[in-house]
Formats: sequence, C-alpha cells, structure tokens
Amino acid sequence: MGLLSDPNRRRALIGMLTRLNAPICMICYMAGVAWFMGLAFEPFTLRTYMSENAMGSTMVEERFPAGERALATGREFAAHKKKTGGMPVDWLVRTMQARGLEVYTQRFSRKLPFPDEDKERYMVKGTNVYGILRAPRAPRTEALVLSAPCSPGNENNQAVGILLGLAQYFRSQIYWAKDIIFLVNEHDLIGMQAWLEGYHHTNTTGMDWSPLQGRGGSIQAALSLELSSDVVTSLDLVLEGLNGQLPNLDLANLFYAFCQKIGVLCTTQGKLPRNDWDTTSGYSHAVQTMMLMVLKQASSRPWGDHGLFLRYHIEAASIKGVNSFRPYKTDATTVGRLLEGMYRKLNNLLERLHQSYFFYLMPSLTRFVSIGYYMPAFGLLALILLLRALDLWVQLSSPPTRTTEDACPPLCPLSAPQPASPGVLSILTPLVISHLTGVALYTLPVLSQELAVEHFPVSETEAVVLTAIAIYTAGLALPHNTHRLLAGEGTEQGWKVLKLVAVLYLAVLLGCTALINFSLVFPERGLLVGVNDPGLTLLFAVFFFQELQETPVTLQEGWMLYLSVISQGILDHALYGSLLYPLAALLVYPCWLLFWNILFWK
Amino acid sequence: IANSYNRPTLIQLQNTREEEEEQQTTAQQEEQTKRWEATELEEEHVHDAAVPPLAGDPPAADPPSPPPSKDDFQEELVIRPLHSGDIYASFQFRTVWDADFMGDQKVSHYRLFPKSLGQVITKFSVRELHISFTQGYWRTMQWGQPYLPSPPGAELWVWFQDTVTDVDGTWKELTNVLSGIFCASLNFIDSTNTVQPSASFKPLGIGNVTDHSFLRYATLPREIVCTENLTPWKKLLPCGSKAGLSVLLKSEKLFHSTFHSQAVHVRPVCQDPQCRTTSMELRQTLNVVFDLHTSGQGKREWSLFKMFSRTLTEACPLASSSKVYVDVTDNPQGEQFELSPATPLLTQAVVLGDRRTYSVYDLTQQASFGSSRSLNMLLRWKMLRPLLHSERYVAGYGLQAGEIHTLIYNHHPYRAFPVLLLSAVPWYLRLYIHTLTVSSKGKDNRPSYIHYQPSKDRERPHLLEMLLQLPPNSVTEVTVEFERALLKWTEYTPDPNHGFYVGSSVISALVPSVVAMDTNSTLDRPLFSSFFPCKEEASYFMRVYTEPLLVNLPTPDFSMPYNVICLTCTVVAVGYGSLYNLLTRTFQVDEPSPGLAKRIANVIRRFRGVPLL
Repeated sequence: MGLLSDPNRRRALIGMLTRLNAPICMICYMAGVAWFMGLAFEPFTLRTYMSENAMGSTMVEERFPAGERALATGREFAAHKKKTGGMPVDWLVRTMQARGLEVYTQRFSRKLPFPDEDKERYMVKGTNVYGILRAPRAPRTEALVLSAPCSPGNENNQAVGILLGLAQYFRSQIYWAKDIIFLVNEHDLIGMQAWLEGYHHTNTTGMDWSPLQGRGGSIQAALSLELSSDVVTSLDLVLEGLNGQLPNLDLANLFYAFCQKIGVLCTTQGKLPRNDWDTTSGYSHAVQTMMLMVLKQASSRPWGDHGLFLRYHIEAASIKGVNSFRPYKTDATTVGRLLEGMYRKLNNLLERLHQSYFFYLMPSLTRFVSIGYYMPAFGLLALILLLRALDLWVQLSSPPTRTTEDACPPLCPLSAPQPASPGVLSILTPLVISHLTGVALYTLPVLSQELAVEHFPVSETEAVVLTAIAIYTAGLALPHNTHRLLAGEGTEQGWKVLKLVAVLYLAVLLGCTALINFSLVFPERGLLVGVNDPGLTLLFAVFFFQELQETPVTLQEGWMLYLSVISQGILDHALYGSLLYPLAALLVYPCWLLFWNILFWK
Repeated sequence: IANSYNRPTLIQLQNTREEEEEQQTTAQQEEQTKRWEATELEEEHVHDAAVPPLAGDPPAADPPSPPPSKDDFQEELVIRPLHSGDIYASFQFRTVWDADFMGDQKVSHYRLFPKSLGQVITKFSVRELHISFTQGYWRTMQWGQPYLPSPPGAELWVWFQDTVTDVDGTWKELTNVLSGIFCASLNFIDSTNTVQPSASFKPLGIGNVTDHSFLRYATLPREIVCTENLTPWKKLLPCGSKAGLSVLLKSEKLFHSTFHSQAVHVRPVCQDPQCRTTSMELRQTLNVVFDLHTSGQGKREWSLFKMFSRTLTEACPLASSSKVYVDVTDNPQGEQFELSPATPLLTQAVVLGDRRTYSVYDLTQQASFGSSRSLNMLLRWKMLRPLLHSERYVAGYGLQAGEIHTLIYNHHPYRAFPVLLLSAVPWYLRLYIHTLTVSSKGKDNRPSYIHYQPSKDRERPHLLEMLLQLPPNSVTEVTVEFERALLKWTEYTPDPNHGFYVGSSVISALVPSVVAMDTNSTLDRPLFSSFFPCKEEASYFMRVYTEPLLVNLPTPDFSMPYNVICLTCTVVAVGYGSLYNLLTRTFQVDEPSPGLAKRIANVIRRFRGVPLL
C-alpha cells in the first residue's frame, strides 16, 4: 500500500501494468486454467476425512436382516401401483400403520407454466404419504428424513420396499433420539417441493398443498433413495442441489465410510475412485469426474429429490442404485444395512452437520478440493478483468494529457469533464437497451406462448423455447443499430467507456456468482475469451456433458437436447425457484450484449 | 364369566353394589361375579377402619408414640392400555398431613411427610409447589389425555404465601435448594426464564389467591431427566423403594420407555367437607409410557414383570390404601382383551370428562395376591379423537426470520369452549407482536383477553397469554412472526449448532363434559381423578402442553476463533486503512523547500525584477 501512496512509484507501477497488460493477462489466464485443471491432480487434493466427532469414533453395528422381505413389499407396492394407476395411497397408509408409524398424507396440485414434454405433465395432482417413527422419550424437536419417490412405470419400487422394510426394523429399536420420517413422494420433485413447503409452511412457488397434520421438529438430515433393481452393482451418491448448493461434506464422508465398512462399490458422478493418479488415464478420469460435478452444479437444478432440502438448511443427498454388467452384486439386505448404519450415525448427532466443508469439488469420492484451493483459480481469472479495466481507465484519463499538460494547465480541469459527459450518455443507451432485451427474454417466452401457438404450428413447449431463442437472436441485432440512432456518434472515447463499464460489470457479476455457485463462473468465463455467445456456451456444455457421461450424441439429438435443456431451465425456475434462468436472462445476457455492442461499435 | 358381564345403568349399579357389599361381609371368595368398589364417604370410613388389623404387621413397625397431628399415606397405580398399543402407567403417592405449615408454630416432628421438603416449605413460606421432570413428549393424538400433564424438561411453579416480601429473592433461593434436593439443574432458573402468569396458573389447593405477584413459573426445556433425579424422588416416599408399589420403580426399566415424567405437587387441601382446617398434601406422581412394540418383539402383550421387571408382593405397610387400577373401559364385553388374574372388583371414575371403568386390585387385601402377579392382554383399536389437542412448529427458512405456528384442535362436534394459551418465548427470538394472528375456520378469531409482556434482552422472556374461544370441530391457528437475534459470542451454548430451545406453550381449558361431574372435592375418590378441582358439573379442567421448539440462531464459526479474529483485525486495519487513505487523499510530488541562501537570493531577485531562481 505504501507503493501506491508514493506518486512516483505508483506511476511506474501503473506504467508497467499498462505496458505489459496483454502478457500479464495471458499469464493470468494460463495460470488460472492450469490451476483449475491441477485441482483434479491427486497430490494437490486432500483426502476426505470425517470432521464430526459424534459420527466418527462410535462405530455402530448394522443388523438389518430383512432385505428379501423388503423386496417382497416392493413387489406388492408395484402391484398396487399398477392397479390404482398412480400412488397407492390407501395401501401405503395401511402398510405404514401396520409397521407402527404415525401416518399422514398431503395432497397437492400444481399447474405448470407450460407442458413439460420430458416428463409429460402439465396439470399435476398428487398425494404424498409419510409416516413418522416417534423417537422414545424425545420431545419432537429433531427429525431425520428418508424418502423414496413413487415413480411412474416400474421404477423405484425396490426403493419403496426398502424404505418400508427399514421402517419396520427401525420401529422395533429403542435407541432413536430423533424422530424419523419415512416419506413416499409422488411426482418426484414437485411432490417433494410441496411436502417441504408444507412442512415449513412457506409458499415460494405458488403451489397448492394441504397443510401437514404431523411434524417432527427441525429436520437435521435427509436421504433420498432411488433403486430400481433387486440387486445393485454400485451405489451412486448425488450431492448437487438447487442453485448449486451442496450438503456438508461430512454426509459424503459418512456414505463413503459405510461403503468401505460394508464393502459396497460406491461412486460419485457414476465414476469409481481410482488409484492410478500418476497415469494419464487416471488423471483424465479425475478431471472428468470433477468436470461433471462442475457442470451439474452450474446447471443450478436439483439432481435428485434431496436437492430441495438444501434451501431449508437440511443436509441431504440422494443415493441411487446402479445395476450394470459388472459381475459382483450387492443385495437389498446390504443396502438396508448401509442405510441403517448411516441413520444410526446421524441419530448420534448432537448438533447439525457443520464441522466439515459446505463449498467443495470432488474429483473422486475419496478426494476433495475445498473453497480455499479453488478460489485462487477464480481469482486469477477475475484479475484479468481488473487489469483490463485498469488499462482502460488509465487510457481514458491520461493519453491526451501528455501533449496538453504543459500547454494549458488552467484548461485541463475544464476539458476533463467534456469528453466524459457524452461517454456516459452514449453508454447509457446500450446499457438500458440490453437490459430491456434481458427483461423481454425473461418474461416474454412464458407470457406469449398462447399467441405463438395460435399463429405457428408448434406445441406450447416448443413455442416457449423458440420464442426464447428468437428474442435472444433478435437481441444480437438490436443494440448496435439503436445506439447509432440515439447517440448518433461512435467516438473512440465512448467505445472505451463502454468497454470499461462492461468489463467491470462482468467482474462484479463473476465475483458475486463465484460466492454463490462457484461452478457457474466457468461457463460464464466463456464471455471472457471475447465473443463467446452464452447460447453457444450452453450448447457446448450440453455436448461436453454428454461426452463426459460417455453417451455421445449426434448433432440432431444434441439440438433436441439443447431445446429441452432450455425449457427445463425455465421450468426449474418456475417450479422450484432455480436462479439460473433469471441470472442468465437479466444479468449475463445483457452483459454479453454490451460486449457484442463493443464489437460492432465502429 | 367376565364375558357375560354387562355394564349396568346407574340404578342397577347401586343395587348390585349393595348386594356385593353383603357378599363381601360374608367373605365368599368363590363368588366370581364382579363387584363395585365403594365410592362414598361413609362406606370408605368403614373400609378405612378395617384396614389396620388386616395389614397385620404395620403397628409393630410404627413408632410407639402417636404423632400430634394425623398423617396419612395412600399409594396407587393406574395402568391404561393406549390406543397406539402402548401402555400408560401412572403412579400417585399421596401424603396428607394435618399440620399447619402456614401458621406460626414450628413443625419439627416428621413422620410420613418428608422432612427435607417440609423444611423447604416452612423456610420459604411456600403455599403451593409444583415441580415436574419429563423426558419425552406426550403424544395426545395417539395416547389421549394424560392424568397429569407436564412439558418436556423441567417445569416449576410456586405460589408463595402473602407474607413473603422479597418474592424474587425467595424464588431464587428456593430454586437453588430444590436443585440440590432433586439433583437437577433448577439453579439455571433465573429472571431470564421466569414469568408471572396472570391467569393460566391459579392455585390448585384451597385459598383463592388472585395476586399473581406471589406466583413464579419457569420451565427448563433442556433439562434431561435420568436416574439421578429418580433416586431423590424415591427417597421422599415413606417406604422408599423397599415395599409397596414403589418396588416397581426400577430405573433401568423406567428409562427404557417412550415417555417418562415424574412430579412433586405440594398444596394445602381441606381436611373435612366444611373446610374448617387445612392440611398439607404432598403428591408424588410418576407417569411412564412403555412401548411394548419395542421390548415385546412386536407383540402387544404386557405384564407387570415385562414393564418393571418386578412383581408386587405387598402393600407399603405405612399406607392406608394401596391400589392398582387397570382401565377396562374399552373392553366392556371383554372382547378386546383379557386380564389375569381376574379381579372381581370394579370401579367407575369420571376423569377428564369421561366415565371410565377400572378393574381394581387392592393390595391391602391378602386375597389380591394370588399365585401369579402378571396381567396379560390382547387388543385392537379404532381411530382416536381426543377433544382437545395441539401442535406447534416453526415455519419459514433461513436464519433471519421465522414464524411460530400454534394449532389448537377442538374435536367436539357441537360445543365451543374457551382456552387460555400461555407462551413464554425467550428474548433471543424477537416476537413481532403486530403480526399476531388468530384464525379459526379461515376467519379471524379475536381473543377476548390478551396479556403481553415484552421481553427485555438478557433479562426476561416474552410472555403472551390469550383467552381464545375455540369453535366446535375446528382448528384454531395462532401465528406470530419473530426475528432471530444475534447473540454475543459468550452467550452461545457449548453446542450452538444444536439450536436453542423454546419451552412448551400451555393450553388451559375448561372442556365441556359428556357426563355430569361431582364438584365435591373432599369426597374420597381415586387420586388420579381428583387432582384438578372441579368447579362445575358440566365441564372439567384440562391442560395441554405443546411441543417445545428447537430453533437455530445465526451462529458464527467457532472452530478457530483466534485465527478468525486475528485475520479479520489485520485485514480491517491494513486493508481498510490504506484503501481509505488512497481514496480520500490526493498525492503530489512535493518540491523540496529551497535553502536559506536561495530564498534570500530570490527575495533580492524579486526586488530587482529578474526571474526567480
């Protein structure tokens, strides 16, 4: 700081920074990317460890015996589901009551803003059924949740079976200190959203639900189970929740600890942890796992039923059973024992999970990168923007002074505001216009769907997506024409002011996003490299994600996927309050339009 | 034979009783028809007189000189099978002593009344004392009403005599002494969690005191009840845990239960129907709910041995009455469960607005001790609908604000009745009282009485008392918003991320009764039916406690306070200071001031009119 207070040295420093601006930016960029890729390199990461004392030292014995019976219950559930053509509410209530739980139901209904073609639903009506196992001698202040979705078709029957089996087994144990809520939710996330809103008596998304009759106090942790086969080869842990929120790392550690203890293969992002970090394939495996996590987190959508719990400060994760062609299989009893162990450890918790990290990336299930390690990568990238801004600022304030300074010292204070005032005015126009375009992109697609359906031969969903794309593309043409109409001149000065504002805008935007959802910064970073379209970035991300998941798609399929991703993004915002769509439409897109404007300034 | 017994109407009942009394005098034990226990005063006197010779050994154990004032000890156990399949066991031990604690003469000779408590009552001029320790929450929806309600944790309320001048000081001392007597953390009761309810807690004994400045009420929702609290409680009993019903009080079984509550109530009561003199009554109660699903491997059979790992062998020799009641109301035809050994004695009692039928085992009768002591039953139940129950929860998310919802259910099909709602909320939840709404059936339900005392930070909690009218068959919802305060860092508990407790709200109600009630409180009735004095024939008093709440407050990261403090201070001092400097000042190169010679030369040059150096 002393360096900056000394005018001579400050001038020298600034001179150096402006002279070497481009090379420094390049170095920062390379260093940032290299740092980020280095995060997946095993020697640079930390091994996961259990931070919470209450879950660490006391080992529990898992004794759940009734896997086969649970599967039989699952088959019975499937039969009743087929018979009623939906959630077998009466059967579930009776079965849970027979297992000694307090059973309640909740009805909900929701009209989507436009039909969801992926899941084929528009007017959603359903019922959640949940049973509460009251802990002995506990005053209903704390609870744990185990949920399984009632999915259409033949999916997740085994999950419901194991849930009921565990309920029966847990009911006969005395050691529970927290109430355990067994929840079967219909219409996956919509049902879960209704239940959580009912439980906490909030209404953020305008859904209709009937109030809950029974509660168990504040929920400490939740697990959501998805299982569609009698035997599994591995269990996959899903952590990414709404708006990129993650549960406390201890929950992942707990899962991993029990997988190790019981001997179940466990994965995250569907990728097994590998030991050969020093080989190229081992490293690229870690990079793939981490990039998958980054992309999923950046998508801001809940990747399992657990995702909505995180908003309520409830640590939650989904466990998905995977049945592949690997020969070694795990039966339902073992899955039940794993869950039993996890619940007994969670039951031992005295405080909420808070000891471990909330911000992390996982290159494998055994390794993690904490916020302290990945933030420098972002810092290096953000530095480029600040250096650029500094360069522009110096150029704006100093270049003419070299010649005019000695000639007219009294005139300079007068001439300084003169170039600034048209600059401010001229950038105001593109700023306002690009933001108005952003507002149009945010509001019009859903509002104008009826109009579009009337005049074009498309379905409502297509109408919404195509309107969005149309407004988006129209936005490209608008601003650089209008600013000429309004401001009339494209001065060099104005161009620089606009660029300065745009660069600072992007820096602030990135800084704020990095604090909320770090992964989102990297797609946004695309804007940095010049003319990289947010739409194209999304398209690229879709292909990249499919590539990472080892399910490459053709161009045609990719395009369809792209369209559905857009519609899902809008739906996520309307249904669960995901912030990606408003962020992209109201802030990122206008910011990018500013850059677009700069490109077409002259 | 038990199956053939039909519940008679009241008139038939009288006849049967007279007949059965005769049969009792003839002492025909083979007669297996059921009898009705005497419930009237005169008959009970006869009964009392018959007890001492029958018990046999107590006179030898008694001290030879009779005490100057008469005292009396009764013990009782009620077992009620609950709808959920759990078993509710309620012990009541009552010691009545015709000594005048409130008068001037010193009470120094103690016989049955525990000396430790007697001294406390005398020293602190306590008129009434009610203390309860509870582990678990009473599930009204599954279990119906308890005989003696109590909130989770510890609850203490005391009426002092009007001779006490410094009530707060006495209260503070009293809590400390009680804390020692019961090995509990009652010493944590201070002004921050003590309130003076104006209407909810009236004296339960005689004396119509209305000045609530002599009343103190406090709860400690966090208090954990364990063996260490049970042992001193048992020591207050005349027989300790040596004989009588108290042999059943084995801590390893009592705490292997779903609900456990023990309480001590001291109050003055009338000695005779005319109420000329008063006596002191000490009631020790213990309520347990056993989850036999857990211990019985899913079977719902129970026996005394299964519940308590003990059987009864004798009554407490010091007790004038020692009885075990089993609620058989739901089993009038014997089609739902079967009791063995079968008892011929039945009694009816009106408790909580309902006439219940009980099988009675009189332990002072040797005949009650047959060959075995275990009772077995099998039962199935229908859906339960208690008239009044409640639910409370915190709504909202995030660590800034929230909303407390209290739901009060009135399931009476056609009668509305009033309830008093008392909530004491700690100061760190800042209630926004303007957001208080009360609604029933979607309409605004204006409380007819509101007493609100705002909190003072670190001194006293919020106190909110309301009189509400519950419409028939309705849910009344009381909501109030609050803001979570940021505490000072020393005020957090050692486990701050566990959350902070808010004690139970108390709902006191006069519930319309289905059957006519007896208002004469001096009549000899089973103890569990006579705790709350009954003022009207058509309604009975009931108290419901809601769940306590666990609320998370904004909590700093305590994991490395030193590092955090150092780092923050450094960043603030260095970063902020110099940045502020840079932003608010301009820096210019300062010309070094010219030397003395140069200045003089310049002065001369100015005079000469040539350019300066």
